[in-house]
Order: sequence, then structure tokens, then C-alpha cells
Amino acid sequence: MNPETPTTDGLQFTPSPVWPDWFRSAQQDAWNEYLATPAPTRKDETWRYANIKALDLSAFRNAPPIASEGKLINASTGLEAIAAKLVFGNNALVHSQTDGLPAGVVVQPLDVAARENEALFRQYFLSQPVELGSHKYALLHKALLSGGVLVHVPANVEVALPIELYHWVEGANSSVFPHTLIVLGDNAKVTVVDHFKSADGAPAFACGINDFHLGRGAKLDYVAIQDWSADTLAFHINSTVCDRDSSSTALVANLGGRHIRGESFSKLAGEGSRSVMLSINPLDGERHVDQRTLQDHAAPNATSDLLYRNSLDDKSQAIFSGLIRVEPGSKQTDAYQKVENLVLSEDAVAHSMPGLQILNDDVRCTHGATSGGISQDELFYMQARGIRPDLGRRLVVAGFFHSLLERLDNETLRARVAALVNARLGVE
Amino acid sequence: MRGLHQEFLIYLLMSLVIKNLTANIGDQQILKGVNLEVPKGEVHAIMGKNGSGKSTLAKIMAGHPDYTVTGGEVLMDGENLFDMEEPDERARAGLFLAFQYPMEIPGVTIANFIRAAVQARLPEGEELEATDYYANLYAKMDALKIPRAFTSRSVNEGFSGGEKKRCEILQMAMLEPKYAVLDETDSGLDIDALKIVSDGVNALRSPDRGFLVITHYQRLLNYIVPDKVHVMVDGRIAMTGDKDLALELEAKGYDWVTEGELATA
Ligand SMILES: Nc1ncnc2c1ncn2[C@@H]1O[C@H](COP(=O)(O)OP(=O)(O)OP(=O)(O)O)[C@@H](O)[C@H]1O
Ligand SMILES: [Mg+2]
Repeated sequence: MNPETPTTDGLQFTPSPVWPDWFRSAQQDAWNEYLATPAPTRKDETWRYANIKALDLSAFRNAPPIASEGKLINASTGLEAIAAKLVFGNNALVHSQTDGLPAGVVVQPLDVAARENEALFRQYFLSQPVELGSHKYALLHKALLSGGVLVHVPANVEVALPIELYHWVEGANSSVFPHTLIVLGDNAKVTVVDHFKSADGAPAFACGINDFHLGRGAKLDYVAIQDWSADTLAFHINSTVCDRDSSSTALVANLGGRHIRGESFSKLAGEGSRSVMLSINPLDGERHVDQRTLQDHAAPNATSDLLYRNSLDDKSQAIFSGLIRVEPGSKQTDAYQKVENLVLSEDAVAHSMPGLQILNDDVRCTHGATSGGISQDELFYMQARGIRPDLGRRLVVAGFFHSLLERLDNETLRARVAALVNARLGVE
Repeated sequence: MRGLHQEFLIYLLMSLVIKNLTANIGDQQILKGVNLEVPKGEVHAIMGKNGSGKSTLAKIMAGHPDYTVTGGEVLMDGENLFDMEEPDERARAGLFLAFQYPMEIPGVTIANFIRAAVQARLPEGEELEATDYYANLYAKMDALKIPRAFTSRSVNEGFSGGEKKRCEILQMAMLEPKYAVLDETDSGLDIDALKIVSDGVNALRSPDRGFLVITHYQRLLNYIVPDKVHVMVDGRIAMTGDKDLALELEAKGYDWVTEGELATA
């Protein structure tokens, strides 16, 4: 940035009237702290190899109200059978359909939650520290938040059908702050799908947070389909806290965006808990995905299982830095961490930094990164069947992601994500 | 003269003709002048010691990029295979290779894989009809006793040796090639599977199709009875005979072929 030009962002602090007063004053504090917090540099451990220049926010502005509400609502169709659907356009709720929810289940905008479910909101909203580098952007998120969703499933309630949440951004350089807060009571079960989409393909800024809290024996299946425009800068910051015997499976599919910074933190807080962390990243052009993860084992007998897959074409880049941390009392830990890069171009770059920090000796841990191209023999085999090499390559890439999707229990959801991946890769 | 010329032309347009084919991998010559003709409607077997160049011949015809053709040509119904740069062009022109070691393709299902191959043969813009495709696929799987559940399994991943070979034949049956080269399709098959696969091949025998069957075992040739048997020795066809040659090889091994060749040379 030119030192002569003023360094204030195009983003302004304009507290949203939707919030109760106490939250608005918390937003003011967050804004001040955001301004006072230095921007990251590559010297920070959590920003190694990062393209800091891509984080320049000066072009972005607070999003105006959306113009094409009807169009966005109509385009918010994914799964056929769902329990609920909320649609946000430029941070504002434009559509809510919750009649398929079992009694007691709450799916509501966060501002409503701050009033109607204040205790829950105060207990869980941004209750986890953001430790993987984007602390400053989490403050920005909090300060400018106006949309977002609370999903609360009380103890022993099971939501059989998925809940779908759509987050649209519209207009050049608009900024959105999606937030998905999921709180599951003991033995509650739910499937949630977040869709992040661009209404018009324009440049945009997204700074999203999702926080999941699983009570004892709870089960969460979560899928994020990130399909921002090819000219979007996005932060997606996740934390998942698993209480005793709970189980979370979360998949992030980064299909869109130009520069994506993803941070994912799973805390195995209760004995016997489990967190499966999955990500698929089909990259091409000059797209850049920078992912940092932490699997924090704070209880015995827990399992964490991370598998990230990147395909890298053209001049795309993927950074992965992960840490498995096993705390002293966490006996009989099972922790796995694997990143796999399918490199399709000589100009693509993958930096993979898997890591372990183990503070007791009763653990089963594996971690690693692999990089490789499409094998010539695999391609020859396909060609020997008459399949053109370009399609053959895309089939192999699609297969690389499809085999990861097998980790999803929900077959309809798996098929839906597979279809989106195919569409992204131009297969079928 | 004219009659003979015409007859020759017709013959050429109805056969797979390998002429003086020489090929290298790196600096090493592997094929040292292969001559072979498979007329449509016939089944020819190639036998020969390990490392004699049988798979190399098959892969070179299919267009494997590791090998360099240094001389000779392969004509498929008069069309020079080597004029077709890419393996997929040769396949769409009607050549099929059943691999000795079929590749695994994680995440790509059998159904989608074969569909892509069938679709590749349709004219641009024409879409394969899904219902017809599955009806056809299931019928052929049933005939080869491949459980229908295999359609949603990844290509060859976790398949047993015999299952892989059966799937090669399934692909052949779906793609209906003009010429099929089967590279040790019988190895790894149990006795029942050998029968099923042979029946599958026999069902595809037709006046419009030629087969080149590479095998180590005379037993296969009891089921798929060949019109001719060729013996490959050190990158060349050293001897050609009828189906009884396979029995003779079984009884006497390969060394006498070389000795005989040396004697006649
Ligand atoms: N990629 C390669 N690099 C080096 N040598 C090779 C390669 N491929 C084949 N060869 C050599 O070429 C020769 C012929 O191999 P080929 O696979 O054609 O034999 P084959 O007749 O099919 O044998 P088998 O009966 O064992 O299948 C062998 O000596 C083999 O080692
Ligand atoms: Mg061989």
C-alpha cells in the first residue's frame, strides 16, 4: 500500500439497529480493538507462506441492501427435502422457512437470538478464542456482524432432515459477515449445510465465522459449500467443541473465491468425543487457499481425523498448516492428519506443514502430506477406453474428491456435493 | 493381376496387420520386427516366455507413451494406427486392450467410467440415454456374473485379480471394438471365472471382429479356440501354427522353438 494514501478501510463502523444495546457496545469495543490490532505479517508463525498482500481490504465497502431479493430466494435451492431454510442477502435475512423443524428446535437470525435466547447467545457466541492467526478479522467480524444464524437443538432431539443456510453477497466490493452458531444439547442430532454464494460474480469480501458446540453424545454433520465469485477474498474461521461422546463431521468444499483463508479448530473437550475435519479444494487459475488447523485433544479416548485434499491447476496455490496437540491427560488419543495435493500444473504451488505436539505417550497419531500428479498409466488406461485425455484428467480429479466424500454419512448430501464438484470440474 | 490386387485390398481392409514392427523403451530395443496378421472373424493367440515382449506389443498398439516405435507399422482395416497420435483416438477407431494389470481409478465408479467411454464414441452433442445405457450395462454384467453393486464401486479399486479381469471383458463387451487384444485375461481367474470370461469372449466373436489373445496357458485355448497360435521369442514372432501348437508348447516348453528357429536360420 502507498504510505501517502490514508490507511482507513472502505469499511465503516455503522452499528446495526438490529442488535440490543449491550451487543452494540460490544461491537464498538470490537471495532476499536480491530483498529488497534496490527495486521498479520509473514513473520507470524500462523501466516508463514501467506500472501499478505491479498488481504488488503481497502477496496471493500459495507454492503448495501440487496436489489434482487426474489431472484436470490429462488436460486436458494439445494436439497429436495429439508427441515428448514434461511436465506441471507448482504447480511440481511430475506427468507425463512422453519415449519419442518421438530418442536423446541431453534433456527433464527442471531439478532433475534440475542433477544429471545440471550443466555444461550451470551454463553456460546464467539466463546472460543481465535488462535490460528485471524484474531484481527474475527474482531472485524464481530464489529460489523448483522446477519448470522443460531441453530439450537435441545437435548435428545433429532432433526432428521438437513437445515440449509444460504449466504449471498451482491454488488461490487460488498462485504458480508456470515455467522453460523450451532449449539447441540446432549444427544441432539442435526445436519446443517451452509451455502456461500455470489449473486453476480462481482468482487466481494466475506469474513465468516462458524462455531459449533456439541453436548454429550450429540452428533453434527456439517457441510459448507463455499462458492463465492472468482474475485472474492474470504476468511472462514471455524471452531468446534466436542463434549463427551459427541461426534462432529465437518466438510468444507472451497469451490469458489480468489483468496480463501480458512482456519479450523477442533477441541476434543470430552472423553470419547470425535471430530472429523474434511476439506476439498479444486484450485485453478490464480486461486489461493490458505488453511490452518488445530486438533486439540483435551480429553482421553477421543478421536480427531483430518483429511484435506487439494487439486492444483494453472498457477493456483494451497497452503496447509496443521497441528495436532495432545494435552498431558489425554490418554488413548487417536489423531490423524493428512493433506493430499494432486498437482496438475508445474506453475502451481503447494506448501504443506503438518505438525504434532504430543504431551503424553499413550497416543496413536499419524500425520503427513503427499503431493503427486496424475499417473501416466492411469491416464493411459482411460485413453485406451477412448476417453479423451482432458476429460480423463478431470475424471481423475473428480474421483480424488469423490472418494473423500464417502466420509459423509448422508447419501443425499454426498450426492449433492459430488454433483457440485462435477459441475465445478466440468465432468458430466 | 487386378483380381489379386483387389483381393489383397479387401484383405487389408478386413484385418489387423502388424508389419516389421520394431520398438524401444529408452535405448533398449524390445520389439525386433514383429509380423502378424489377424483377419476379422479370427482369434489368434500369442504365447511366449516372460519378458519376450507380448505386453509391449499390446501397449504399443494401444499407444502407450513410454515406448518409441522405431520402424514398421500397424494397419487396422487399412488405417495406420501410428497416424493416430493419442491412445484414445485408436480406441475410438475400434481397438481395445484388456490390460494385464488394470489400473485403479479411485473415486471414479465403474458405471461412470464406462459411460464416459461409451459417450466418447457418440457424435458431438449427442447424449447417451441413461436408461438404455444401464439396461445394456446390467445385461452384460449379469452375463459375466459381475454383481450389479459393482457399478458404484471405484474402477478396479480393491477388486480381486479375477474381478479386475472380468471388468476388462465387461468394458470390451460395452465398447464393441473391431479388434481386441487381451493381455493375460485368464491369469488370476478361477476355473468357473475362466469359463464365464471365455463365454463372454466367445459371445463377442463375430465375422466383424478380430481377437489377439495373449496367454501363458493352453487351458484358455480349450475354451477360446484360436485359429492360429503364434510364439513370441525375444521381440519377434518365431513360430506360427494352429491350435495344436499350444499343446505342443505345453508339453515341450519354449526352448525348442528357439532351437528350431536357429536350425532353420
Ligand atoms: N518400462 C520399462 N522399463 C524397462 N524395461 C521394460 C519396461 N517395460 C518393459 N520392459 C522390458 O521389456 C521386456 C518385455 O516386457 P513385456 O512386458 O512386453 O513382456 P511379456 O512378454 O508381456 O512378459 P510376461 O509374460 O511376463 O507378461 C522385458 O524385458 C521388460 O523388462
Ligand atoms: Mg505381459
